[in-house]
Amino acid sequence: MSAAADSFLERAPLELRDWAVQLLPAPLQWISHHLITIVAVLAVFGLFFAFTTVAERKLLGRLQNRLGPNRAGLPKFSILPWHIRHKLFGLSQPFADAVKALTKEDIVPAAADKVLHFLAPVVVVGFSLMTFAVLPFGRNLIPVELDAALLYFFAAGSASELAIFMAGWSSRNKYSLLAAMRALAQLISYELPLILSVVPVVLVASTLSTSAIVQAQGAWTFGVLPHWFVFTPWGFAGFIIFLISALAESNRSPFDLPEAESELVAGHLTEYSGFKYALFFMAEYFGLTALSGLGVTVFLGGWQAPCELLYWVPSYLWFMGKLILMIMLFIWVRGTLLRLRIDQLTRLSWQFLVPLALLNVGNAAFWALTAQWSGPLQLVRWAVSAAIVIVPFLVIGRSLSAGYAPRTYRYAP
Amino acid sequence: MTPLHLCLLISTALFCIGLFGALARSNTILVLLGIELMLNAANINFIAFWRYGPNPAAANGMIFVLFSIAVAAAEAAVGLALIIAVYRHQKNIRLQEATVLKG
Amino acid sequence: MTAALLLIAVLMLGSAAAAMLRRNLIHSALLLVASWTGVAAFYLWAGAEFVAFAQILVYAGAVSMVVLFAVLLTRQSREADLPIEPATVTRTASAFAVAASLAAVIGSAVATARFPAASAEAPAASVKQIGLELMAEHGAALLIVGIVLTVALIGATVIASNDKKRDPEDAP
Repeated sequence: MSAAADSFLERAPLELRDWAVQLLPAPLQWISHHLITIVAVLAVFGLFFAFTTVAERKLLGRLQNRLGPNRAGLPKFSILPWHIRHKLFGLSQPFADAVKALTKEDIVPAAADKVLHFLAPVVVVGFSLMTFAVLPFGRNLIPVELDAALLYFFAAGSASELAIFMAGWSSRNKYSLLAAMRALAQLISYELPLILSVVPVVLVASTLSTSAIVQAQGAWTFGVLPHWFVFTPWGFAGFIIFLISALAESNRSPFDLPEAESELVAGHLTEYSGFKYALFFMAEYFGLTALSGLGVTVFLGGWQAPCELLYWVPSYLWFMGKLILMIMLFIWVRGTLLRLRIDQLTRLSWQFLVPLALLNVGNAAFWALTAQWSGPLQLVRWAVSAAIVIVPFLVIGRSLSAGYAPRTYRYAP
Repeated sequence: MTPLHLCLLISTALFCIGLFGALARSNTILVLLGIELMLNAANINFIAFWRYGPNPAAANGMIFVLFSIAVAAAEAAVGLALIIAVYRHQKNIRLQEATVLKG
Repeated sequence: MTAALLLIAVLMLGSAAAAMLRRNLIHSALLLVASWTGVAAFYLWAGAEFVAFAQILVYAGAVSMVVLFAVLLTRQSREADLPIEPATVTRTASAFAVAASLAAVIGSAVATARFPAASAEAPAASVKQIGLELMAEHGAALLIVGIVLTVALIGATVIASNDKKRDPEDAP
């Protein structure tokens, strides 16, 4: 096992960085060591963002029985021979989009608060990138090793609310302001279940450090059943609550009320154009990617392999694979579900997710207290824990939906 | 001048800025925010004395700040709720005009 | 080290002073967020990272939202930028006199005080240690703070809530 941990592929990124650092003169080494880490994260997740957009458009297209973007290939003046002038399945679409966003006119409303209007996209992108700093991308690949990493993640993420307010208020547009208030109500409502869904993991792993949480999930029963937290009753419930809250936190369908184009033009982005709009767009995807990364880290075992036989595959590939699966799931949800109304949205959070998440914390406490139980008691432990998840789910769900039947139509079949 | 002196001077300055705001402004929200600044200045002192005090091994200073942050959050919530309630009665949140106790 | 502290102090005090002097309430609130972030930066500088992140989470994440909502819910004019009436000159002058004299008194007291020499490196306080101390030694205080927070939040909701009956159309 330790052989795999020390394999060349596992250490390759670090070796590459150290090799690049030692080429530089001594006074620059410390700063370049960190700069290389930052640039690597920016480059990887910048490209990841670009291909997420094209994957989202293509997948949504397939879900809606159309093709999606498939025309953008290499430019006309490419020096490559004719047989490489393939359309590349539209994969270069994001780069064409980037050129379009950069060359568009940047319009600032005459009445706008110029400083805040400019600061909002900068703040939102800056802070959404900062959240990547504590995600362990691989066994040895974590940009910053922090003792309170989870707290840092949520602290950095909370700045995006401020940016949305700044964008909505500084635009001097009533749609923008209304949408910003809506977005804030939504973000505040869902921040609570989001954080509460992670608390059980902190309780059981008894640490706030992301790398230690991943370490705590690194074992297999019979070499095939990984000890990821999602495969426990409380972990499964926490993961589902986390997924729903993450969808809402990143303003994605079915929780995309802040940008409901049929009601609020384009929400707090109404008065943004060109590159600033692109920055908001980017921040939204960075936020989604970071939250997915956190979900992978906390519930899906991070960079751990799903079975012992596949242990030799480099850990960062596992992380990226799980991340891509999470993003695909989010795209699938967007293509499937309808948008909620604002009162349904807040009710779902406060009356359904928050009580379940609170009970789930108690469930995790039970799990941590009964860690020594073995033999048949193990079954009792699982049964009790599952009951704490399922019974409140049924009771609260029934009571919230009591009295509501599917709508019947009088004049339509 | 030791770092501890510097920290204490900074917190004094922050406290006095908060006091000035609380005394000079007539808008209730700003008065409340001035008080929040004063609380933050006190927290800076706790951390400074924890860091440079005689017994840094005990985390008492940090724990006191955590409690203080919690109480400050509760204070902000209640204070702003009161401000909204006053505004509903008087359509105004200037301190000079909030002179009646009965709604 | 000291240079970083001075930089943090300039950010923190400058934005706090600007916030107290601005006439636009939203600008004041956002500048105060910058000031609170400066305080968090100070905590980081002093080595209390857990407290720093808690400060950002509570102040920049929660308190600022409550303040901004309150500002928007108590708009006094139809204009969007909410100008506040200027405080009278005497009021400002007397407030400044009080604050400045207090600053002088405390400042001179601090400047002349003698403290025992401190260790050069930051004391290590892991999250685990803080958690254990919170739960063991300060368990009663933690419970009381929890009760205070619950009561305060329920009270705030009751005070701020509108008494009007809910529209039956609001049903899900």
